[in-house]
This record gives sequence, C-alpha cells and structure tokens, in this order.
Amino acid sequence: MIETTTNWFAACRVEDAVENGGVCVKCGDDQIALFYFTRRNEWYATQNLCPHRQQMALSRGMIGSAGEDPKIACPFHKKTFSLATGECLSGDECAIQTYPVKVEDGLVYIGLNN
Amino acid sequence: MKQEKIVIIGNGMVGYKFCEKIISKKNDFDIIIFGEEPRRAYDRVHLSEYFNGKSADDLSLSTSEWYTQQGITLYLNDPVKEIDRNNRTVHSSKGLTVKYDYLIIATGSAPFVPDIPGIDKEGVFVYRTIEDLDLIRNYATHAKTGAVLGGGLLGLEAAKALIDLNLSETNVIEFAPRLMPRQIDSAGSGMLQSKLKALGLNIYTNKGTSSIEGTDRISALKFNDGTELKTDMLVISAGIRPRDELAKLSGIEVGTRGGIIVNEYMQTSDPSIFAIGECALFDHNIYGLIAPGYEMAEVAAARICNDIKTFKGFDMSTKLKLIGVDVASFGDPFTTEPDARTILFEDSHKGIYKRINISNDGKYLLGGILIGEAEAYNMLLQTVNNKILLPPNPEDLILGSRGGSAQSENAGLAGLPDEALICSCEGISKGAICNAVSEDGCESIDAIKKCTKAGTGCGGCIPMVKDLMLHTMKQNGKYVRNVVCEHFHLSRQELYDLIKIHNLKNYEQVLDNLGKGDGCEVCKPLVSSLLASLWNDMILKKGNDTAQDSNDRFLANIQKGGTYSVVPRIPGGEITPEKLVIIGQVAEKYGLYTKITGGQRIDMFGAHLSDLPLIWEELINAGFESGHAYGKALRTVKSCVGSTWCRFGLHDSVSYAIRIEERYRGLRAPHKLKSAVSGCIRECAEAQSKDFGIIATEKGWNLYVCGNGGSKPQHALLLAADVDSDTCIKYIDRFLMFYIRTADPLTRTAPWLNKMEGGMEYLRNVVVNDSLGMAEQWELEMQALVDSYQCEWKTAIEDPEIRKRFNHFVNAPEEKDPSVKFDEMRGQKKAADWTLA
Ligand SMILES: Cc1cc2nc3c(=O)[nH]c(=O)nc-3n(C[C@H](O)[C@H](O)[C@H](O)COP(=O)(O)OP(=O)(O)OC[C@H]3O[C@@H](n4cnc5c(N)ncnc54)[C@H](O)[C@@H]3O)c2cc1C
Ligand code: SF4
Ligand code: SF4
Ligand code: FES
Repeated sequence: MIETTTNWFAACRVEDAVENGGVCVKCGDDQIALFYFTRRNEWYATQNLCPHRQQMALSRGMIGSAGEDPKIACPFHKKTFSLATGECLSGDECAIQTYPVKVEDGLVYIGLNN
Repeated sequence: MKQEKIVIIGNGMVGYKFCEKIISKKNDFDIIIFGEEPRRAYDRVHLSEYFNGKSADDLSLSTSEWYTQQGITLYLNDPVKEIDRNNRTVHSSKGLTVKYDYLIIATGSAPFVPDIPGIDKEGVFVYRTIEDLDLIRNYATHAKTGAVLGGGLLGLEAAKALIDLNLSETNVIEFAPRLMPRQIDSAGSGMLQSKLKALGLNIYTNKGTSSIEGTDRISALKFNDGTELKTDMLVISAGIRPRDELAKLSGIEVGTRGGIIVNEYMQTSDPSIFAIGECALFDHNIYGLIAPGYEMAEVAAARICNDIKTFKGFDMSTKLKLIGVDVASFGDPFTTEPDARTILFEDSHKGIYKRINISNDGKYLLGGILIGEAEAYNMLLQTVNNKILLPPNPEDLILGSRGGSAQSENAGLAGLPDEALICSCEGISKGAICNAVSEDGCESIDAIKKCTKAGTGCGGCIPMVKDLMLHTMKQNGKYVRNVVCEHFHLSRQELYDLIKIHNLKNYEQVLDNLGKGDGCEVCKPLVSSLLASLWNDMILKKGNDTAQDSNDRFLANIQKGGTYSVVPRIPGGEITPEKLVIIGQVAEKYGLYTKITGGQRIDMFGAHLSDLPLIWEELINAGFESGHAYGKALRTVKSCVGSTWCRFGLHDSVSYAIRIEERYRGLRAPHKLKSAVSGCIRECAEAQSKDFGIIATEKGWNLYVCGNGGSKPQHALLLAADVDSDTCIKYIDRFLMFYIRTADPLTRTAPWLNKMEGGMEYLRNVVVNDSLGMAEQWELEMQALVDSYQCEWKTAIEDPEIRKRFNHFVNAPEEKDPSVKFDEMRGQKKAADWTLA
C-alpha cells in the first residue's frame, strides 16, 4: 500500500449540514460541496464548480441515485455526476473532483490530498 | 517494426472523425495533424447555434486532452503549404517538415465567392467558421439591414441567423427562379417562400447581382434588371468550392470543376495519399454533407488497416434545421412521369406541401419533398433506402393519421431490416440500436447515445431512435408507460392518488412507501409539487426542502452566474406609487438590475443568496408578498385597465384580475399557470394566450382555457360564454383541479388538452356539465387550498432554521460567493457571460 498523507479539513458541525442535500464549504480559495446523504447514512464531498458552464452551484443541486450509484444534479441544466467517482452520468462533461469525508465527535472533515 | 506515420491535413469535422476511426481500428500509428484554423475541430453543422448561446467550446468535438491521450500531435494555426511527393513530406507555413507514410487530405471546402465588382468592400462576409461568425456578429451591432446572397440550404440558415442578430430587415437574393433549387421543386419552393416571409425574411428570386455599391463599406446591391436594394451588410452563400489547391500544386489529379479525384477506397491518383470530406471528388460528385464525409473517413481508415470497405456514393437527403419551418428532401425528389408517379398534398392554409414519388408499379417509394411538416421524414427515408414495399394506399404516408396511425408507425419500424441505417452520421443500423436496448439494457436516449453513438451527429435521427427504443422494449415484454423515473414505477396521476389515499406528507415517506432507491432530480420536484398541490404545506418544511428544485428550495429563480431574481406579486399589474418607490429603493440598496416582466410585474435580478431574506424582509414589511415566479404555480393574472379608465371597457377587468390572482396565488400545478382579464373584445390583456383567460362581454365574461405563449404558441379555446363573475370562478376552480389531478408532469394546459380524448367537448362536459360528478369535491378542495395559503417568504424569514440555509458558505456565513461576476450594460449590471473551461 502506498501511504498518502491526507490533510483533514474541519468543514462544519454535523447539524450545520443539510439532510439529504448539500452545503458549500469554503476551503481557502476553493469551494467544496459537501453532501449529507442521510437516507443512506453517507457523506460525500466534490468540487462545487459544475464543469458544464462553470457555475459554483453543485452544492445547491439535488442528490439522488442512479441504480446503486449516488449522484448529484446541477441546478442549472441538470447535468448529473456520480458522487462516488465524480464521473458525469449525463453526456460528456468532464468528471468532477471528489474528496473523502469523515465524521468525528460531531465534526465533519473533508480530506484534502496534498 | 517502425511505427507508420499518418499525416492529416485539416482538422475539420471529417479529419477529426478519421482520427477516431483509425484509432478504434489499430492504435499503433504515429498521427500528426495540421490545422489551418486556430482551434480544434468543431461541429460546423451546428455552427449557427453559436449565435444562440453555444460557445466555441460547446461546439468543439473533443478536448485537447483527448489528442494528448491518444498520442496525436496537433499543430493548429499552421496550414500545410506544400506536399513533396518525392520525399513523402509535407511543409507547413510555420516551417515544419514532416514525413508521412500515409497522407490524408481533409481540407474541406471554402465558400464560393463570385467575382462581382465591389465584393471586397467592408461589410461583406462568408459563413463557414467561428471567426466568420464573430465578424458577422460584431458588424451586425451597427447594421440595420442585411442580405444573403444565395437561397440554398446554407443561405437560408445564414438568413435565419441574421434575423436572430436582430437586424430589422433581412433579404435573401437567389439567382435561380426558386429557393433551394437543388433540393425542392417549384411548388414546394413557393410554399417555403411564403412561410419564410412570415418569419420576416424578404425573398428575391431570379435576381443576378451586378455590383456591390458603397464607398468603403457596402451600402447597396445592384441587380442585372436595373433594380437596387439598400443593405448594411451581406453574407455570401453561393455554394462551396473544394479546397484542392494543395493537391493540384503537387500534381495530384483534380476534377475540371474542382475536387480531388478519389477511387472507391478514397485514394487519390497517388495511392498513399487519400482525400476525404468536402474536398474529395467521387464519381463526379462533391458531397457537401457530414454523413458521407464520415463514411469516407471510415472507408479510408479501413483501407489503411487492410480492411475492405468501399465508398458507394451517398444519399443526399437532407432536413433543414431552420427553426420555424420544417423542410426535407429525400431520395430522388424530382423524378416525374414517365419514370415515376407523383402524389401531392398541398394545404396553403397551414402552409404544408408534401410530394412523394413512387415507382410506376406502385411498389416502391423513390423520393419526395416535405415542407411545413416533416415528422414523416425519417420513416420515408427508410422506406426509400431499404426498398420497403409500399402499402396499398401510399398516400397514407403523407396524409398521416386518419385513424390507427400509431399502429402503422410501429408496423413500419418492425418492417425495417436490421441493416437499415438509422443514424447516418455515425453509421448506426437499426440492429445495433435494438441490440443496445435488448442486450445492453439501454432504456433512455442518453444511454443509447453513450453506448452506440447514434444521435450524436446532426441529431436528426433522435425521434426515430426513441421510437425504436420504445418499440424494442415493448417487444421484449416491457410494459412501457409514462412512469416518473427509475424510483417510481407509477405515472404522475397514480402517484397523486396514492399519496392522497395513504395520506403521505413528505418526500421521504412517499419514497419509502411507494418507490425504491434514493430518488433523483426528476421525482423529487415532481413529488414535492404533488405534495404542495395536495396539502399546501410550506414547501420548505424540514424533509421537503431538499426535495425541491433549486428555485423552490431558495424561493427564487437561479440565474446565470449563480445569483437569484426577486419578483414580488403585483396582482393584476396594479401598483401604487408608494410601492413603486419601495421597489426602487430595495433594488438600489442591494444593487439589483430591474426589468418589467411580460406578466406586468417587476423583476429584480442579481441578488446574492444571503441577501434574499434581507430583501424579502424589507418587501414584506412594505406590504409585498412572494410572486411565486420560481414555482410551478400561478404566475400572474394580467389585466387591461378596463372600464375604470378605458372608453371601450365593459367591466372592471382590473378588479376581477386582482380577485382571481389573489384566489389562486401560490397554487402548485404540474407546470406554471398564467392568466389574464380583458375589459372588452379588443383583448388588450391577451387573455386568449393564457392557461385561462377572461374577456368581458355585454352580458358577463367569456372564459377561455388551455392557451399558451412560449415556444409552441396556441390560442385558448372558449369554455363558457357570458357567465357571471362567481360562476366563472367556479368553472376555473373545477378546470384547475381537473388539470392538477390528471396532467403529466411539466405539461402545460395546452398540450394536456391536445392529448385529451374528446378534446374541448369532453373538457366542457366535465367542467360545465359536471359529467364526472366531481364538481363539488373539486370546489371544496380548491377552497381548502385557498384558505391554507401562506406567503412562503413570510414563513421563511420568520424561521431561523430556514434562514440559515440562505448562506453561500456553511463555514463562513457572512461571506458572499466570490466567484459571482457582473458586467455593466446601459447603466445597470448584467450577469457575466458563461465562462468555459
Ligand atoms: C453553416 C453550415 C451549416 C451546415 N449544415 C449542415 C447540415 O445541416 N447537415 C450536413 O450534413 N452538413 C452541413 N454542413 C456541411 C458540413 O459542415 C460539412 O460537410 C463538413 O464540415 C465537412 O467536413 P470537412 O472535414 O470535409 O471540412 P471542414 O469541416 O471544412 O474542415 C476542413 C478543415 O481543413 C482546414 N484546412 C484547409 N486547408 C488546409 C491546409 N492546407 N492545411 C491545414 N488545414 C487546412 C480548414 O481550415 C478546415 O478547418 C454545414 C456547413 C455549414 C458551414
Ligand atoms: S381590452 Fe377593451 S377595455 Fe381593455 S383596454 Fe383594451 S379596449 Fe380597453
Ligand atoms: S427569459 Fe425565457 S425566452 Fe428569454 S431567454 Fe430566458 S427562457 Fe428564453
Ligand atoms: S452549469 Fe451545471 S449543468 Fe449547466
């Protein structure tokens, strides 16, 4: 196994996150969309920027599933992306960046790879 | 073994397609491309969409990473200037010399520019590249009138583009006696001409241009017949000229009238040099369409990989993309007696002209022309190409539905052989599409596109692909009906009834009880809208908030750039000066762009998410309420000033409009609802273009329903005449409840009625004569909704939990989104243009 140092960024408290939806986290100059998929008891984080028209919008989109795959739909033109892999599920937009998430002591952390 | 080198001259559509094809066959060539244009290959077929909001990047056929990943070297902005056949090298303009084993010439064509005196004046353009379009767009900003030289396929497309650029007058000049002389006959051309006139184009046929007038820039065209036409700009679209200059220079054989001569393997007179696309001359023909170009790319790639494929000529059938008029021509459109028999259909009232040519024995379709209505195009083309036996009454093919049309359509699909080419751009057969459905489980157009590439070219085959998909699914025993999505195998109406019966109150409950999986962007807003129509709960109640469309979730319309717009309700369009002042003050304070909407209210754009609650707090304190511009709900009830001021007014249309708007405000429906009230038959409020519209008569009100504006305008139809105010409202209650219960999602009242069996007669029976016995229940249900109305914004600003959601950053609530950018225009702000990767 290759050891990768992951830098855990404290994003917010669990109760600040939106159930079955997303919030936007400011992380230096970057914006990260954080999703609390309460229904599946899962957390996901992706870039907030939608690659389609470069809109800072994914955190305001709707989450859901395609088969087993969890996904996010951009509110602008409803392009969908896999929350697990970042792959675009509707058409040929480029994939979005995804980040690991962990919860400890009621705090939500996003893993930023150095 | 040493890697073989392929050099491609030209990074256009066909040159690009060649790369795709060759890589998919064998991946060990060293590929080098020289392109003359400054950008990667893009979709020239959809070039005009550049004027309708698509960017250069949207049109691009692939990313720069793609070329890198495939190991292809791409030199852009560096045209090849010489081919040295002896040394098997090419020389580029920037001084590169590259060896080749195979050379592919894919240089396309250039617009043919006739030699007319004055043609080099400023303001004269061609229409081929993105750069051409940029020049046209810039020049058009200070031009009032424009002209297009050439009334062919491309000329008409260019003319439509000029209209879209807001020129106040656009003229088309054609040398021949009719439009599109290569594709349609004179009767069809006449019909097309009158349809185009209605779109705002002036058409001049039989006009030879003798000179272009003006000192430096064009000011007018002079014609051979002595007449003159003033114009500020001119787009030349007089045909294409294959770019064979390089080939000619290096001694490769070219045709007398241009074009690089190729054999059936696309080889030129030098067998290691190939020519494909619009520069190639095969059997005395230049193929100026994309599908044959792609086929040539396939054939050349096959040859290089020692596969045997030959080019056999190509069908030149076309469908014009002109928005507003359908035009299609297929097979042999012109053949007549004694070689064939012709069936004609003409309806000058609706502007429809159809012609089919059938073989003398009545067995086969040979070709035809469709103007004004071209839905049958794909099927007719298939009938020609696959030599399908005609039915005993071939006229049914163009007269269409005289009963049982759906059946005959499917019979037609089933009758197609598996090899039938459905998507000619990508060369995908019926068999391949059916296979994708049956074997690979593709059950949506997107899935089929991904799996087979069908429909990714010009897109003309998509309706047929969809029919094939549904047909195959049915054949496989899949029950196809309008289910909501993968999470709910129910129609909207079934869902509505079940939610009501089970008394379900939020999205999660509905999903747990009636659906499966975790929901999606289709079923969430749909269920939310049903819940709102049924119970009229505050839509942002916990558990419902994240199941709302973004617009509903933030109670505002998201706009380009990520800001929101704010629209307070102004019932009937009546507003006091004091309230106008408030709107002005709020807009000024929060830096908002203001515009009067089509529905007689004021829209304020450019609000940051976190400012929304503050803005609404001020508006609500001043007596405003939410306008529901963000919801699939009642929007506005427009009114004319009516009898209070107008000398023609019969009743007080404003008061009635206010009464109606206040009754139905906030009502959630399958789609938005619009209404209007006019004070007399002069109809200043345009009530007949609304979902329900009311016009005053001597004796009361006339109620019209199921009209709409938008992309497919339709006039509303009279539901009841001369009714009094209370009866009219009763009818509207029933009409709306019937619509809300039974319409498919996102279906407005007009298409809902169009699909209703029995049409207006049936609807009138239900609403006026209470034929379903539902009237009383519907009126009660509506009254309950009216009584439970609340201003969503008022509730939102009073609830700290909800307010918290109106921050951009969860961990920096006080900061606004720094990526929001505005530009300035006419002293106000506007959203910055879409930016691209
Ligand atoms: C506005 C418009 C609408 C159209 N609509 C349709 C339609 O609806 N349906 C349809 O089937 N077809 C349509 N067409 C035609 C279609 O676009 C062409 O058939 C297709 O683009 C031909 O591809 P090509 O690769 O042969 O040529 P092109 O796409 O023109 O590519 C040739 C490329 O080679 C470059 N080149 C030339 N000489 C050199 C050199 N010496 N060195 C390096 N590079 C060179 C050129 O700059 C160009 O980039 C339309 C065309 C236009 C302009
Ligand atoms: S519709 Fe009739 S009443 Fe209303 S403004 Fe027009 S003319 Fe006057
Ligand atoms: S406001 Fe309506 S018509 Fe205008 S651009 Fe937007 S969607 Fe199109
Ligand atoms: S900006 Fe996200 S889908 Fe268009």
